[in-house]
Amino acid sequence: MDLDLMITSFPKLLGATVITLKLLSASLIFGIFVGLFFAILRLNKNKLINRFAYGYSYVFRGTPLLVQIFIIYFGLGQIEYLRSTFLWVILKEPYWCAIIAFTLNTGAYTSEILRSAFQTIKPGIIEAGKSLGISNKIIFYKIQIPIAIRQSLPAYGNEIILMMKGTSLASTVTLMDLTGVAKYIISTTFKPIEVFIVAGGIYLFMTFLIHNLIKYLEKKYSFQ
Amino acid sequence: MELLVFGKTGWGDELFYATLMTIAVSITAMLVGFFFALIFTPLKLSKYKSLNLIGNFYTTVIRGVPELLVIYLFFFGGSGAIMYVASIFGYYEYIEINAFITGSIAIGIISGAYSTEVFRGAIQSIDKGQFEAAKVLGIGKFTQFYKIVLPQMLRLAIPNLSNVWQITLKDTSLISVTGLVEIMRQSYIAAGSTRDPLFFYSFAAVLYLLLTYLSMKLINRLEVKYSRGY
Repeated sequence: MDLDLMITSFPKLLGATVITLKLLSASLIFGIFVGLFFAILRLNKNKLINRFAYGYSYVFRGTPLLVQIFIIYFGLGQIEYLRSTFLWVILKEPYWCAIIAFTLNTGAYTSEILRSAFQTIKPGIIEAGKSLGISNKIIFYKIQIPIAIRQSLPAYGNEIILMMKGTSLASTVTLMDLTGVAKYIISTTFKPIEVFIVAGGIYLFMTFLIHNLIKYLEKKYSFQ
Repeated sequence: MELLVFGKTGWGDELFYATLMTIAVSITAMLVGFFFALIFTPLKLSKYKSLNLIGNFYTTVIRGVPELLVIYLFFFGGSGAIMYVASIFGYYEYIEINAFITGSIAIGIISGAYSTEVFRGAIQSIDKGQFEAAKVLGIGKFTQFYKIVLPQMLRLAIPNLSNVWQITLKDTSLISVTGLVEIMRQSYIAAGSTRDPLFFYSFAAVLYLLLTYLSMKLINRLEVKYSRGY
């Protein structure tokens, strides 16, 4: 055990955690909107729209996140046309490519979580709203969405933790996030166990925080 | 399409073998995972607090740390650890472990943590009366496990195990960082030499989709088989 290395690498790894958290929060925020959008499409009665939303979530959940990042970062740059548009400003940055990939990935999982939450809402609640003369729009925004969010909290908590682990793949497209810096320190010092303990400890601490935050929210918004 | 021709001019055969490699690593990792689950599930269900702690430590750490970090630990630390053990026995030459073995063990340990949780949940959901009935009938612990617990547990565990399989299959793509030539690595090589990353990575995505689709079909059959009588 090389305690000195653990102590000296801790601030470096902590600095890299900022990038991990940035990637995580950006993709989660965008991901919720993508997820909500596709969850609503999934509930649409039109078969074509329904199929499209299902296809999206099937493809993004059935392929590894690594492939998705590589397609976006290495693949899209190949299209000549894209290079001439303003999109290229975003797509040439590994940082934004990673966020796009994470957003689409977490969006697919979030849409599934929200869809099942919408479907488990008791029809009686919606009927009660209707019989009180509340418009469909308000029923959706003020009744269905809040209930669905509460229903999906436990599953979404898992998704946040999965996504936090997913951000480690940003290191494969040259980003120096927590895993990227950990790999760099390992490959220069050849002390994998020490670095693993420190970096893994930081990840575990974040998992712990997220887990407890979700538990707190579940309690706060419980129906009882 | 020319790029996918089998033989020297295309990448068809390379990608085909890479797909077989992905399947081989996934199955090996899944089996390694079962082995770990076999050790840690009893620990988690044990009535001794200290054993519980070991079991919980394993599943919490592995499920809370990114897969890539675990793979780096094994990739960089694996041969070091083996060489250290060998040095105790007086062997000081450099030992390099095969990327297949490192990868399978790394992914296997990850998959094992998920399998452990699945088995624990399945065993816990078996009615207590079943154990008591077995005890009353004087059935030994061993027979009790194989003839009573296991068949019921499998029925409950298969849907969740199919999730673990999907996770494991997708996690094998991460082994490409160690240089093992599976789908992802082969696509990387092909993309680099043809300068057509969009095509090859998209094709890799299709291969993964195909694998997940086919394995789901297969698992559904198993599910039907183990649910007979219900």
